[in-house]
Amino acid sequence: MAEFNVNLRGVGSVSVIDVKGYLDAHTAPELENIFNKLLDERQFKVVVNFDELKYISSAGLGVFMAYVETMRENKGDIKFSNMKENVYNIFDLLGFPILYEFYKEEKEAVYKFGDQR
Amino acid sequence: MNSGNKIFEKELLIKSKTDNLAVIRDFIKSAADESGFSEDTIGKIILAVDEACTNIIKHAYKYSPEGNIIIKIKFNDPKFSISITDEGSHFDPNIVPEPDLCEYYKQKRVGGLGMFLIKKLMDEVNYSTLSGNKNQVILVKYLPN
Repeated sequence: MAEFNVNLRGVGSVSVIDVKGYLDAHTAPELENIFNKLLDERQFKVVVNFDELKYISSAGLGVFMAYVETMRENKGDIKFSNMKENVYNIFDLLGFPILYEFYKEEKEAVYKFGDQR
Repeated sequence: MNSGNKIFEKELLIKSKTDNLAVIRDFIKSAADESGFSEDTIGKIILAVDEACTNIIKHAYKYSPEGNIIIKIKFNDPKFSISITDEGSHFDPNIVPEPDLCEYYKQKRVGGLGMFLIKKLMDEVNYSTLSGNKNQVILVKYLPN
């Protein structure tokens, strides 16, 4: 029922995941599949672009928590960009800004990986 | 302007499947809209109910899709009350610790955030056990003056 779409594209050495629609307990496995694919391909630098995400529940937030440390252990990270205020507020309520980097624009987030080379 | 003692009740009986979460959210949205909440508050109520139902599907029914979830909304201005009842395994909300994100990060733990969010998003949260092995959580939000 819930409409959710996830798309993966490469920007240089960074993998950008576009998430769209409603990310809940029903749709979170689709996002997990993308992260598993990235791990299989040993792609650890990830930017998630939230521009078209309308809704997130803790099931969606849990996906990022499940994968971020593996990315960091391999000199990568999961960075967030283009988040709408209502979605950011949920991340904020759970204290995510302490542990994750949030950027207004995707290109800033991608650029930050360049700094870490 | 005060809408003047607006009162209504609505009920949704639904099976314990995650693809029903979207139906549940639509049901809550239309009732909260009718009650006159702001868009921001409606978003909070929707998320709290989604989290409560997700917990029921995962923990009370352990993803079995045949369980019943009964959602009853009562609005008696200014009190918007949602009772969510299931017939699955009982769980004690008092034994679920408040999440510490840094600890979660270290342990790669991904669960337990839902209950914490519910508490943050709603004005009142009350868990109880009913006769016939039913579990109930009542979530309340008050319409501001």
